[in-house]
Amino acid sequence: MADVSIRNVTKRFGKTEIIHGVSCDIREGEFIVILGPSGCGKSTLLRLIAGLEEITSGEIAIDGRVVNRLEPAQRDIAMVFQNYALYPHMTVYRNMAYGLKIRRMPAAEVDRRVRAAAGILELSELLDRKPRQLSGGQRQRVAMGRCIVREPKVFLFDEPLSNLDAKLRVQMRMEIRKLHEELKITSIFVTHDQVEAMTLGDRLVVMDNGAAAQIGTPLEVYERPANLFVAGFIGSPAMNFLQAEVAADGRRLVLPDGLDVALPGAGVPARAGRRVILGVRPEHLEPNGGRADGIRLAVDHVELLGADTLVHGRCGSMALTVRLADVQRIDKHAVIVLHAPPEKLHLFDPETKARIEK
Amino acid sequence: MMVEHRPALTVITHAALILGAAVLAFPIYVTFVASTHTLEAITKSFPLLPGGHLIENYLRALTVGPRDVGATVGTMMLNSLIMALGITCGKIFISLLAAFAIVYFRFRLRMVFFWMIFITLMLPVEVRILPTYKVAADLKLLDSYGGLIFPLIASATATFLFRQFFMTVPDELCEAHRIDGGGPMRFFFDILLPMSRTSIAALFVILFIYGWNQYLWPLLITSDQKYYTLLIGIKRMLDVGEGQAEWQIIMASTILAMLPPVLVVIFMQKQFIRGMTETEK
Repeated sequence: MADVSIRNVTKRFGKTEIIHGVSCDIREGEFIVILGPSGCGKSTLLRLIAGLEEITSGEIAIDGRVVNRLEPAQRDIAMVFQNYALYPHMTVYRNMAYGLKIRRMPAAEVDRRVRAAAGILELSELLDRKPRQLSGGQRQRVAMGRCIVREPKVFLFDEPLSNLDAKLRVQMRMEIRKLHEELKITSIFVTHDQVEAMTLGDRLVVMDNGAAAQIGTPLEVYERPANLFVAGFIGSPAMNFLQAEVAADGRRLVLPDGLDVALPGAGVPARAGRRVILGVRPEHLEPNGGRADGIRLAVDHVELLGADTLVHGRCGSMALTVRLADVQRIDKHAVIVLHAPPEKLHLFDPETKARIEK
Repeated sequence: MMVEHRPALTVITHAALILGAAVLAFPIYVTFVASTHTLEAITKSFPLLPGGHLIENYLRALTVGPRDVGATVGTMMLNSLIMALGITCGKIFISLLAAFAIVYFRFRLRMVFFWMIFITLMLPVEVRILPTYKVAADLKLLDSYGGLIFPLIASATATFLFRQFFMTVPDELCEAHRIDGGGPMRFFFDILLPMSRTSIAALFVILFIYGWNQYLWPLLITSDQKYYTLLIGIKRMLDVGEGQAEWQIIMASTILAMLPPVLVVIFMQKQFIRGMTETEK
């Protein structure tokens, strides 16, 4: 177990900079999820921590020791790869024992650790099989077993669940979380799947274009996204963004279709008269029940999902999606006026894209 | 495709196949028949059925050897075997290492070296035979096993084949091995070599036959009968000038020369086919 400290790390491949100065302190025993769309540099960041790529500038320390110049094997980390990277000609047992044998651990200790890990991962029956005789989920477990036996300071996961089918993914997700609670080993998990991120992470690092857009607990990231990117990336269906203007008194927003929306508390008087982007999640909108203010939605089409209903439409020229509980019978081409609790509204600056605190 | 069940068609296809097989097998049969008769019997009127001198002829070939050659077929077979195995193992080993270097290490002029190896694919032994002979002579390799083997070891084909195979091995395997703490040679011996087993077996069959059938190079480099290979020996047996070639012994030697490649193919057939077809690793 160890803390990991990432200080102002950059990575350049030739002339292109892939990682632009990421900093993050990971506490001992914490489960950190690095989340982002493909190409945002999240896997590269993980590989920098693993030592598979050399960092261009900055510093990575594991357990207080700067590891910039250390080989992966000397960093005391273990990694689960997306395609598992099991040695195809070795049995499950030898796959798990191999790393320990290289480290010249006594055979009795190797055997004890492999059997213990196999017990935890329910692989005891499969120790003599070759990887090709295993299912995807079992291979995944062997890959984790290979990490566990090493008893490393840090676990690294590189999209380990993305090769599994949906059902297995949910199951393995819970098993990884359970395993982490048992072993309490500092873990860094890279994924592009926000459900995985929300359910697994103690904290998330949301990456955008080689930089950390926000670092925080899953709820912080959901409830108080730091900028437009995070707001749009976290949550499904994605958050709605509407162009709006702060009214002269700073306590209300004027939407282009002429309706008003109240802001919570004292509003944003400093911004009176300025343009902002209003963000509101589909699940926080509801029919306004006869109030005077609200957001007007011209319905384009309705999706009945059973547990809830998605209504897609437009507010002025801007697309808007609403999620309503249960099955709702709403006509196509109807116009409904929606309301969102003031504390569920998010304001962003159209220039800097950053969140405006209320 | 439709599978047709017409008896006439079956008869015709079988007849065609049998005829084809017979055409291919007949010369070998004639060779075998000739190796079981006395010289007089063959030269008078050629017999079509095996005679009774099989053991006598083969024993003489193996232990005494034909006239005017100076080496027994036994010795020559051993020489051929040493050469073929030397070439095969040497080629496989060198090619594996070369391919390993080209695929897994980033060094200066890496691609230049790769293309240099690749271009030699286009140059057969015959084209570079004079410079090679000069080098071998300067290194005092004439009339030695080293001279028979070393110049034929470099193999662009095998290097290329292993390179293609190594490139299909996922990078993550190498990375996982680095995290496990193994060095590059350990990765080569513990991971790559076992994974290449089937390719190696397939290549072994091809290269063994290639090595066994070498003719021009051994002919040039050996003048001492001690280092004659069987194929040269057979050629020498024919060079009798005014006299009568000992056809029964020559034919027996020919049959013996065919045996090792046939045995290698028979015993390694399974691995050979797997190496050629298996893609799943």
